Amino acid sequence: MTTKLFGEPVRRREDARLITGRGRYLDDLGAGALAAAFVRSPHAHARILDIDVSAALDVDGLVAIYTWEDLPGALAEPLPLLIPHPALTHGRTAYPLAREIVRHVGEPVVMVVARDRYVAEDACALIRVDYEIRKPVVGVEEAVRGVHLVHEDVPGNVGAHLVQEVPGPGGVTAREVIEAAPHRLEFRLDIERSASMPLEGRGVYARWDADDGSLRVYSSTQTSTSVRMAIAARLGLPLPKVEVIAPDVGGGFGVKIVHPWPEELLVPWAARLLNREVKWTEDRREHFVSSSHERGQVQHVRVGFDDDGRVLGLDVEILHDHGAYTPYGIIVPIITSTQLLGPYKVGAYRVEFSSVYTNTVQVTPYRGAGRPQGVFCMERTMDRIAAHLGKDRTEVRAANFIQPHEFPYDQGMTFQDGRPLIYDSGDYPEALRMLKELIGWDDFPAMKAAAAAEGRRLGIGVGCYVEGTGVGPYEGGHVQITSDGRVHVSTGLTSQGQGHETVFAQIAATELGVPIEKVSVVTGDTRRFGYAVGTFASRAAVMSGNAIALACRKVREKALRIAAEALEADPRDLEITDGMVHVAGVPSASIPLATVAVLSNPLRYAFDEEAQRATQFAGPASGDRPPVAEGEEPGLEGRGYYSPVRSTFAAGMHAAIVETDPDTAEIKILRYAVVHDCGKLINPMIVEGQIHGGVAQGVGGALYEKMAYDEHGQLLNASFMDFLMPYATEVPRIETAHLETPSPLNPLGIKGAGEAGVIPVSAVIASAVEDAEGIPITGMPISPSDLYALRRSR
Amino acid sequence: MKPPPFEYHGPVTLGEALDVLAEVGPDGKVLAGGQSLIPLLNMRLAAPAHLVDVNRVPGLDGIEAGPAGVRVGALARHAAVERSPRAAAVQPLLRQALRLVAHPVIRNRGTVVGSLVHADPAAELPAVLALLGGSVRLASRGGEREIPAARFFTGPMESALRPGELAVSAFFPALPARSGTAFHEVARRHGDYAMAGVAAAVTLDEDFTIAAARVACVSVGPVPVVVDVTAACGRRPASSVPWDAVADAVRERIEPEGDIHATADYRRHLTGVLAVRALRDAAGAARGEES
Repeated sequence: MTTKLFGEPVRRREDARLITGRGRYLDDLGAGALAAAFVRSPHAHARILDIDVSAALDVDGLVAIYTWEDLPGALAEPLPLLIPHPALTHGRTAYPLAREIVRHVGEPVVMVVARDRYVAEDACALIRVDYEIRKPVVGVEEAVRGVHLVHEDVPGNVGAHLVQEVPGPGGVTAREVIEAAPHRLEFRLDIERSASMPLEGRGVYARWDADDGSLRVYSSTQTSTSVRMAIAARLGLPLPKVEVIAPDVGGGFGVKIVHPWPEELLVPWAARLLNREVKWTEDRREHFVSSSHERGQVQHVRVGFDDDGRVLGLDVEILHDHGAYTPYGIIVPIITSTQLLGPYKVGAYRVEFSSVYTNTVQVTPYRGAGRPQGVFCMERTMDRIAAHLGKDRTEVRAANFIQPHEFPYDQGMTFQDGRPLIYDSGDYPEALRMLKELIGWDDFPAMKAAAAAEGRRLGIGVGCYVEGTGVGPYEGGHVQITSDGRVHVSTGLTSQGQGHETVFAQIAATELGVPIEKVSVVTGDTRRFGYAVGTFASRAAVMSGNAIALACRKVREKALRIAAEALEADPRDLEITDGMVHVAGVPSASIPLATVAVLSNPLRYAFDEEAQRATQFAGPASGDRPPVAEGEEPGLEGRGYYSPVRSTFAAGMHAAIVETDPDTAEIKILRYAVVHDCGKLINPMIVEGQIHGGVAQGVGGALYEKMAYDEHGQLLNASFMDFLMPYATEVPRIETAHLETPSPLNPLGIKGAGEAGVIPVSAVIASAVEDAEGIPITGMPISPSDLYALRRSR
Repeated sequence: MKPPPFEYHGPVTLGEALDVLAEVGPDGKVLAGGQSLIPLLNMRLAAPAHLVDVNRVPGLDGIEAGPAGVRVGALARHAAVERSPRAAAVQPLLRQALRLVAHPVIRNRGTVVGSLVHADPAAELPAVLALLGGSVRLASRGGEREIPAARFFTGPMESALRPGELAVSAFFPALPARSGTAFHEVARRHGDYAMAGVAAAVTLDEDFTIAAARVACVSVGPVPVVVDVTAACGRRPASSVPWDAVADAVRERIEPEGDIHATADYRRHLTGVLAVRALRDAAGAARGEES
C-alpha cells in the first residue's frame, strides 16, 4: 500500500530542488530591486555626536539615506519586546536605527538605498559618524559589578532576576537539604558564546503596489505571520494589505524567530516611501555583529547527595549574558533553569539567575535554546558525584532517573510556555540500557587499557537530557482536495530545511488515503494561511503535524459523507485507498476523490466533462433542501487547529569515545552514539538527519565555537575563517537508535526532534575528555591549546 | 561585503601585463588565483585602484621539473602542482605541503606563486621555499631578477616584490641523494591555517647517520623560521637522536604569538612536537621508507 506513509523513511521531496540549485532563497528574488546597506557602529558603546552624509551624496546611483531622525510614527519607537515576563523588570530593545546611543559593535546607524549593493556600500563608506566613545561592558562578571552601565537607567546592568524554588519533602529548601546532606560538592562552570550561524543570513525584499495600497514582503524568517503583523502595526497598514512570504530559507536555528528585525521594518518602509522594490541581503560580517548570539553563561553549582549518588538538593546560580538588548525576553535562562533537571528526580531544587546587559550582540535562542547550558550543568554534576563516590557514571544517573511508572511527572516548576513543567511520557532506564549497549559502555575499560598500553589516551563520556518540545499556543493546517484529485496542504509556520514538505505530505497522504505524489505542501506564506506562530522550539511536527492531521480528518469525513450518497452506501462502510473511496471489501463500488471533490461544490457552470456532474441538471434534483446544505460549505476542504495543554517532553542520551593526543593535545571523537526518543516517528530518516545536524552543531559548541570579544567589545573572529564551525571532517559518524514512547498529549503521539541532537554534546565531550585526561573539565568549548594549558596547570 | 571601485585590466601578453603594472605602480594589484585577494577586496581591507588580471597571459602556467628542481609558473594552480608526478618525484615536499593547503576547491584556483607573494607566515608554501632555499623570479619592464627565499620574505604579508613587478615563477630546488622531507601541522580544523606546522628536510650519510637536518616553521614568526638542527641531531642515525633536545633547539629559535586559537606557549610546545615528527618522517623517507 502506497498511502500508509506515516513512520516510513520517505526520501525528502524538497531535496531535488534544494540540492540542484533550484531553491529560491531571498537573494534569488528581486533581481531588479534597489539595494539597502547599513552603516553600523564600529564601537561597542558610544554616543552619536554627528552624522555627516555630505560626501556620500555625490555617489552615482545613490537613492536615499536615512537615519533615526527620518523615521515616522511607530517606526521611530524601540522595537517590540516580544515576550514580556514579570521578572524582566528592565527589558530594553533597540531602535530600528540607533538613536543617540549605540550599545554594541554592529548596531545599525544609517540606512543607505542605492542602485545596487556595491554602490550602497560605497556610499556607506563615505558617511562620517562622529562618536563619543563610552566605556563598554564586556563579560557577565564585569556587568554585575555595575561600575559601567550599558543602559543608564538599568542599575547594576541586571535586566532580570529570578529565583525558583522547588522544596523537598516537608517544604525543606534546597539549601537546607544540601547543608544536611551526607556529601556536598561546589564548583563553577563556564560556557562560551556561540551563534545560530545559518548559511543563509537574514534578508528582506519588499514590493509596494501604490495603486493597490498593498505591500508584499519576502523575508528569510522563521515566522512570516508575526512579521506581517509587526510590519502592519509599525507601518500603519491594514493587515489584509500586507503579505509576508518566507521563501526557501537556508537555515534558521533560532536567529530568524527574532522579529521584526530593524531591516524587516526599514526595507518595506523604504519600498513604500520610494515606490520602488528594495532588498537587503545580510552579509556574513553583518550576521556576526548585528543578529543574535547565544550560550554564554557562568554557573555556580552546589549539590548535596547520598551514598548512592542520589541528588538530595541542588542549588544553581546562573549569570546569563543577554547582550545589549532583550527583544526575546528571558526565554533562554528560563529554559536553562527548568530543563536543567533533565530525566532526574532532584530532592529539592533552587535556581537563581541574573540576566545581565553587556555591550555585545543580543542573545536570543539558538537551537537548544538554553538547554545545552542546563544539561552541561546537570551532567557535569552527575560526573562529579560519580567521581566523588567512586561509582560508574551511568549508575549515578540511573539512581536519579524518573521511572517509567511515574509519568506524568511534575517537576514543580513553570516552563517556558507559562505552563507547568510536567513530563508526559518517557522511559529513561531503557534509553540508558540501549545507549550502553550501542557504545559498548561495559567493554570500554578493557579498550581503554589496551590503548593505554600503546601510549594512547581514550575516554568515554555520557550525557542525558529531556527536551520540552511542541510549545503552544497553536498551529493550524488547511487541506483542500481539488477536482483534479490533488491535495493542497498549507500551514502558517515556516520551513528552513527541516523537510516539512515531506513529513506533512506523509501525514496528509496517510490520513486521506492518497498517494503522496498527489499532495503538495505550502508553508510560511500568509497568502495561504494567516494564523500561525512560527517554527522554533522543536514544534513544527508536533504543532502543524497534528493540525494538518485534524484538518485531514475533517476533509475525510466530508468526503466519505458525499461518497456515501453517491455510492448509496453507509459512510461507516467506506475506506479511501490510493485516492479512491470504496466500500470496504468491494473495490468495484468506488468513486475517485477527484469526483467527490467535484460533487462537493455544486456548480451552475460546467468547465469540463467531470464538472458536468456537479451542475444543476446532472442528477435527480432534491426539491426540499438547498444545494449547499445548512451548516455545510462548498468544496472539499477543511481547517484544523492544534493547541496543546502543555509541551510534550522528548528525551535522549548520548555517549562518545574520544582520543586525546598526549603530545599535541588534539581531541578526536572516535565514536558518537545517540539514543533518541521523540515519541512516534513520522519519518525516521528525517529524524536522524535532524540528529546528525544537531550533533554537528554540538561538536562546534564543544570543541570549536566561541565569540572572541576583546575588552573593547570588538568581536575578533567575525568571519568563517576565525569562527570555527566544524566541517564534515570534524564531525564523527553518528550511530543512532530510536526509542518510541508516544506522547499522550496529541493525536499523532509525536514529540519534537529539531533541537535534540545539539543539546547534550558539550556535556558528553567534557565527560569523555575528563575521563581520558583525569583533569576536571569545567568549561566549553575546549581547544587543544586549552587542554594543553590545563595539563600544564596541574 | 562588496569591493570598492577598481579599474580592471586584462592583459593578454606578458609584455602588456608588465606595461600595465609599470603604469599603475603602487596602485596596482595582480590577480591570479584570487583566493586571498578577493576576500580582502570584499571586506574592503584592500582597495587597489587597479586590478591586473594575469589569467589570460600565456606561458605562465608551466611546471618544469628537472634534476635541479621544480620551476612553477605564476598561473600554475596548487592542484596542478600537487598532482604533477614529475614535480613530486623531483621535490616530494611540494605535494606533502600542498595537501595541507586549505581545501581542494581552493587549491583548484589558488596558485603556488600567488601564495608565496602573499607571504602569509602561517601558510605552507613560504615555509617550503624557505626550507629548500628556493627563489622567486620577478619580472618588470626593466628586466628580471631572481630573489632567494631568505631575502624574499620580509615580514608578515610582505615580500621583496616591488611596485611594477610580476612574480613570474618560483624555483624549488631538489635535494641531494639520500634526502627525505615531511610536513606536519596541527590546524584547528581540517584545511585551516595551522596553529603550528613544520616542514623538515633530512639528508643522510651512506651509513644512515644524519648529515644535514633543517626545519621551517609556520605561524611562529613574521616570516617562515628556518632552523638548522644538524648539530642537535648529533650525526647519529634517527633511531638514536636525542629528539627532546632537538625539539628544544627548535623551540628556542621561534617567537610565536598568542591569538584566539592558541597561546604562544602552546604554539612553542607544538612546534617542538611537530618538528620531531617531521624530522623522523623525513629521515625515514631519506632511507626510502614510506612515511
